[in-house]
Amino acid sequence: MAFTALTKDFSRLLRASLLAYHKNGRRALTLSASRRCAIYTTDPIDANEPTFDKILIANRGEIACRVIKTARKMGIKTVAIHSDVDSNAPHVKLADEAVCVGTAQARDSYLRMDRILDAIKTTGSQAVHPGYGFLSENADFVQKLEDIGVSFIGPNAKAITGMGDKLESKRLAMAAGVNTIPGFDGIVKDAEDCVRISNDIGYPVMIKASAGGGGKGMRIAWNDDEAREGFKLSTQEAASSFGDDRILVEKFVDNPRHIEIQVLGDKFGNAIYLNERECSIQRRNQKVIEEAPSVFLDEATRKAMGEQAVALAKQIGYSSAGTVEFLVDSKKNFYFLEMNTRLQVEHPITECITGVDLVHQMIRVAKGHSLKISQKDVPIRGWAIESRVYAEDPFKNFGLPSIGRLSKYQEPLHLPKVRCDSGIEEGSEISIYYDPMICKLVCYGDNREEALERSIKALDAYVIRGVTHNIPLLRDILTEARFVSGNISTNYLPEVYPDGFKGKQLTSKEKAELTAVLASVYVKDALRSRNFMNAERIKVNSRIPSSWSLVVQVAGEDVPCEIKVEDGAFKVTVEDRVVAVDSAFDLASPLIEANIDGEQETIQLIKLGSGGEIRIRYKGTAFQTTVVTDTAHRYLSYMPEKPKVDQSKVVLSPMPGLVKSIACAPGDMVGEGQEVCVIEAMKMQNSLVAAATGKVKAIHVKEGETVEEEQVLVELE
Amino acid sequence: MAGQTLRLATGSLLKKYVSLPSLGLNTSIIRHCSIAQTIKVRDDIRKKRSEAVLGGGKKRIEAQHKKGKLTARERIELLCDPGSFTEFDMFAEHTCTDFGMENQKYPGDSVVTGHGLIHGRLVYLFSQDFTVFGGSLSSVHAKKICKVMDQAMLVGAPVIGLNDSGGARIQEGVESLAGYADIFQRNVMASGVVPQISMIMGPCAGGAVYSPALTDFTFMIQDTSYLFITGPDVVKAVTNEDVTQEELGGARTHTTLSGVAHKAFNNDIHGLLNLRTFMNYLPQSNQDQAPIRQCDDPWDRDVPGLDTVVPLESTAAYNMLDVVHGVVDEGDFFEIMPNYAKNIIVGFARMNGRTVGIVGNQPKSAAGCLDINSSVKGARFVRFCDAFNIPLVTFVDVPGFLPGTAQEYGGIIRHGAKLLYAFAEATVPKITVITRKAYGGAYDVMSSKHLRGDMNYTWPTAEVAVMGAKGAVSILYRGQSDVAKYEKEYIDKFGNPFPAAVRGFVDDIIEPHTTRRRICQDLDKLATKKLTNPWKKHANIPL
Repeated sequence: MAFTALTKDFSRLLRASLLAYHKNGRRALTLSASRRCAIYTTDPIDANEPTFDKILIANRGEIACRVIKTARKMGIKTVAIHSDVDSNAPHVKLADEAVCVGTAQARDSYLRMDRILDAIKTTGSQAVHPGYGFLSENADFVQKLEDIGVSFIGPNAKAITGMGDKLESKRLAMAAGVNTIPGFDGIVKDAEDCVRISNDIGYPVMIKASAGGGGKGMRIAWNDDEAREGFKLSTQEAASSFGDDRILVEKFVDNPRHIEIQVLGDKFGNAIYLNERECSIQRRNQKVIEEAPSVFLDEATRKAMGEQAVALAKQIGYSSAGTVEFLVDSKKNFYFLEMNTRLQVEHPITECITGVDLVHQMIRVAKGHSLKISQKDVPIRGWAIESRVYAEDPFKNFGLPSIGRLSKYQEPLHLPKVRCDSGIEEGSEISIYYDPMICKLVCYGDNREEALERSIKALDAYVIRGVTHNIPLLRDILTEARFVSGNISTNYLPEVYPDGFKGKQLTSKEKAELTAVLASVYVKDALRSRNFMNAERIKVNSRIPSSWSLVVQVAGEDVPCEIKVEDGAFKVTVEDRVVAVDSAFDLASPLIEANIDGEQETIQLIKLGSGGEIRIRYKGTAFQTTVVTDTAHRYLSYMPEKPKVDQSKVVLSPMPGLVKSIACAPGDMVGEGQEVCVIEAMKMQNSLVAAATGKVKAIHVKEGETVEEEQVLVELE
Repeated sequence: MAGQTLRLATGSLLKKYVSLPSLGLNTSIIRHCSIAQTIKVRDDIRKKRSEAVLGGGKKRIEAQHKKGKLTARERIELLCDPGSFTEFDMFAEHTCTDFGMENQKYPGDSVVTGHGLIHGRLVYLFSQDFTVFGGSLSSVHAKKICKVMDQAMLVGAPVIGLNDSGGARIQEGVESLAGYADIFQRNVMASGVVPQISMIMGPCAGGAVYSPALTDFTFMIQDTSYLFITGPDVVKAVTNEDVTQEELGGARTHTTLSGVAHKAFNNDIHGLLNLRTFMNYLPQSNQDQAPIRQCDDPWDRDVPGLDTVVPLESTAAYNMLDVVHGVVDEGDFFEIMPNYAKNIIVGFARMNGRTVGIVGNQPKSAAGCLDINSSVKGARFVRFCDAFNIPLVTFVDVPGFLPGTAQEYGGIIRHGAKLLYAFAEATVPKITVITRKAYGGAYDVMSSKHLRGDMNYTWPTAEVAVMGAKGAVSILYRGQSDVAKYEKEYIDKFGNPFPAAVRGFVDDIIEPHTTRRRICQDLDKLATKKLTNPWKKHANIPL
C-alpha cells in the first residue's frame, strides 16, 4: 500500500517536472547548460584570462547554439547571422545580436562572404567562429578575415588549403610520417580515365571529390560500370556541393573501421591529441552513431595513431581543434584518410570523456593563448555515445531526408547524463534548404554499458512529432547484438540489415507487452469516454463492463486478448501470459511511463485516433495499430480490401526535394531499372528508376521544380 | 441461451401432461388445450424472434456480406455498447396484400428500430435491413422509424439512422410515399431539438434522400453507399449523360463535390466506430449543455509551437490545422467536411474537456478566402453548434470574399450572408482569434466583436483592415506614381493589430503560445452566459 502511494507520488512528481519543462523551454535550456558545466572539468574557463569582446558565429542550427553557449560562459558577446527563413531560429534568439544575410538558399546567405564580412564590420565583431560546413574550411574566407584584422577561430589558411585538398593532404601526411592508403596520385580526367585508373589500383576503389568531405561526392565502385556511374554522380555532386568537380580514386579498404583522432594545437607549435572517436556506423558514408573511446583500440594503437596525428598537426602548423580521420583494418593497421580542419559534428563525445570544452579551447587559441593542457592531462573518463537524430525516414535506404514542422518536441533532458545539442525547438520547420539534423543526442556513463543504457532510455523518451525521424534505427542499433559486442565496421548497416531496416522486430514477449499496453490505452479511453463531468441526466441502466475481449492488430498480426481492471492495474491476458499494466498513466501526455509487470517502460502515445486506431512508439519504432472488440474483429473479415495503386506504373518521389534532371519524355520506352529522373535533396543526388518496363505516359514535373514526398513524378502506361 | 432453456422447459412440460391419462376427460382436454395454446404462443414468439433476427434469411445475409456490407443488426451491435440495444416492433409486419406480398412477410419488416447506449448515453436508432425487400420503405417501416423519433423527442436523445434501402416499397404505392413524408415531418420537428445523424451504408435514392438531407450530419461509406435523386439509368434516359453510380452519388462525390455528405469512411466498421467517437462530442438535446468530458490535458498548457506557425512572409501559406491541433485537448479534432470547401475548417474538439465547435479559415487553400461553398459549409456548422449549446471558437485569417463572375453569378451575396447571419444569430459563447489577416467584410463575418463576439483576440501577426495594401493604395492614391511609398505607409498604419485594439474591437493582443489557456479560461467564464434573441416565429435566414 505504502509502496503504491509512494510510486504514485513519484510519478506525479515526475509528471510535474516534465510539465514544468514543457511549459518553460528556457528553464530547460539553463538546466541543460548547468548540467553541461559538469562535463567541462579539464581546464575550465578562467574568467580572468583576456579574451574577445564579441564574436560572430558564421553558421546556423545546433553548432551556432553550441558555440554561443560557451562564448556566453566566457563572457563574450555573440552575433548570429541568419537567412530570412531562420529569423526566429533558436540560434538567433540565443545570440546577443543577429544579422540577416540573405534568403533561404545557403549560397544566398550562409555562404555569402561579402554580406558576412559586412555584418562583422557593422557589429564590430573581433573574431569569427565558422562552426562546421558552410565557410568553415574556406581558405579564401580566412584570408579575407585576416585582411581586415579579424581573427578566425580555426586554423590558418595554409593548413586549410593543405588539408582541404585530398591529394595535397596525402602528400603532407606522408611527409609527416603518417600511414596512407595506396591510390592514384592525381586528378581523374573523365569516366574512361576513372575506369582505367581503377583497374590499375584494383577494385574495389573509392571515387571521391578532391574538395569533398562529409561523405558528399563519394562513391564506391566494384566494377567498370560502377566506376563510370560513380564518376558521373560524384562529379555532379562535387560541383553542386563544393563548386569544384575534381575527382580522385584510391584503393578502398574493405571492412574497415572509421576511427578519428581529435587534435588540438596552438600558435606556439604545441599540439596534443584528445583520443579517438569511433565513427564506423555510417550510411552512405555519413555518420549515424559515434562513440568515444573505441572498443577496438588498445593503448598502443591509440598512442601510435595519436602521435601520428599530432605529428601531422605540427607539420602543418595547425593551431586549432581538428580531426585526423583514419581507416583501421581488422589487424589494427591504420591509414590516413583525411584531416578535417574544423570542429567536427561529433565533438561532444570527446568533450564528455576528456572534460575539455573544445570551443573554449578554439577561442583561447585564436586569441593567442597557449594550450594549458598537456598530453598527460588528457583523461579517458568513462564512455560517451552520440546518436545523430535526423529528420529522415530510416525505412528508406537507412535514411532519406524528410521535412515538416515539429508540432511537438521534447528533448529527454529530464534524464541524467544526457546532453542534447540541437538548434531547433517546438514549432521549428525542417526545410529542404538545410541539413536535416534535429539533434545530437549524447549520453555518457562510467562505461559503455551505462552509456548504452542511458542512450536507449533517452531515445525512448525523446518526443518528436511532425517529421519522420531516424530514432527507430538508432534505437535498434543500440540494442543489436553485434553493436553491443563492439563488432562493427563501416559496412555494419548493410551487413546487419541486408534487406534494409524494417523497424523493430518484436519478440513474443515484446508483442505481448505491446498488446497489453494497447489494450490498456483502449480501455482507459473507453472509460474516459463515458465520464462526463456535467451529465445532469441520469444514465440509463448504464453499466461499466468488468472485462473486455479485444483484438489488437499490431505488426501484421491479430492478437486476441482479455483485459480487466483490478487494483489500479489493467490485467491483460495475452495467449498464456498475464501482463499487468499500471493504470496511472495519462492519455494526454506524449509519454506513457508505464509499469509493465514491474518494469518501468517509456512508451510514446503518438496518436489516439478514433475507431480504435492507435499509433504508438514502442522500443523506438512507431506502430500503427488498431484495437477493436472481438465482435468488430469478427466482422472485419467481411470488409473488402481496398484496391491499391499499382506502384510499378508510377515513379514517386521518395523524399521532398528538387528535380535535378529528367531522363525521359512522354512516349519513350523505358526498361526496368532505367533512370527516369534525378531528385536532389540536402545536396544528395538520388537517381530514380522505373520499377517496370513500359512506355512513359506522362511526366508530372519539370526540371528545377520542388516536389513533395510520395508525389507522382513519372507515370508509365 | 435463454431461448434454449425455455424450449427445453416447455417440451418436458408438454410430455408430462400428455402422459397423464388418469385425469377426467373433459377437464383434461380443456386444460390440455389452454396449456398447449400457451406453449404454442411461446413457441411462436420464439420462432418469430429468431426469424426476425435472420431478416431476409441466410442467403441474403451472405449476399450482403459479399458486398462488403454488414447486416442491420450487426451494425447496431457495433454501434451500441455491448448488450445495450433494446428493440422495438420486432413483430411488425407489412400490410400489403397486392402483388402476392401477403405471402411474403418477415417479422420486423425491413428495418430494425430501438434504443441503445453509446458510451453510456442513450440514443434512438433505426437500421434499415437490405436483406428484407432490399430495405424498401413500407408504411410499417416508416411507422417504426416514426416511433423511435417520437420517443427520442419525448425524452431528448439523439436519433441515428443507418440507411441501406432500395427506396419506396413499390407494391405499397402511395402508402410508402406517405411514410416518407411522415419521417420528413418528424425530421423537421426534431431539427434543433435533438441531434439527428444519418449514416448512408448502402443505396439511398429518390425521395428517400431527403431524410438524411434534413438531418444534422450525413456520413457515408466509401464504395458501398450511394445518394442520388435519380439513378444513372434515368440520368441516361433524360439527359443522355453516361455516369456510374459512384460518380453520380458515391461517397467521394458527396464529400468533395456536392457537399451533401459530411464525411466518408473506409467501411462499415470504420464508419460505425467513428460514429461512436463522434457522438461523444454531442449533447443529448438542446436542453443540455455541451458535454464536458474528463480531461487529462492541462488547460493552461503553453503551446510554444504556435509562436512560429504564422510565417514571417505575410503572403505565405500555413496550415490552420496546426493551430487547431495545438490548441485543443490532445490535438483531437473531429473535422467535418474535410474534403469540401477546404478554405474553411469546421469540426468538433474539446477544450478542457468541454465540446467546442471550431471554425477556421484555411490559408493553405485558396488563401483562406470565403466563397459560396465555404460560407454555406461554415454557416450550417455554426447553426448546429448554436442550436445545441456548443461554444464556438473561431480562428481568422481571411483575405476577403473571393471575387469573380462565377461567385457573383452563383450568388455569393446570398450565400455569404448565411455565414454572417449564422454568427450574428448565435447566442452560444463565441471566442475569436485573429491569427493574421482579417480584411474587409470577411472580417465582420468571421465572428467579429460587432456580431456579439464575447472574447476577440488577435495574435501579434494580425492585420485588421478594409483591404490589403495594394488594393487600398490603388484607390486612395489613384494615378499617383509613388505607389511603393504609399503602400509602406498603409502597411505601417494598418498592417498590425493596433487599429482594431485601440477601438476595443479586439479585447487583447495575445502571445500565440498562451492561446489555449486564454480560451479555456474564457470558456469557463462564459459557461453561464445568458443571451436570448427576440421572440420570433422563426428567423428568416437568406436561403
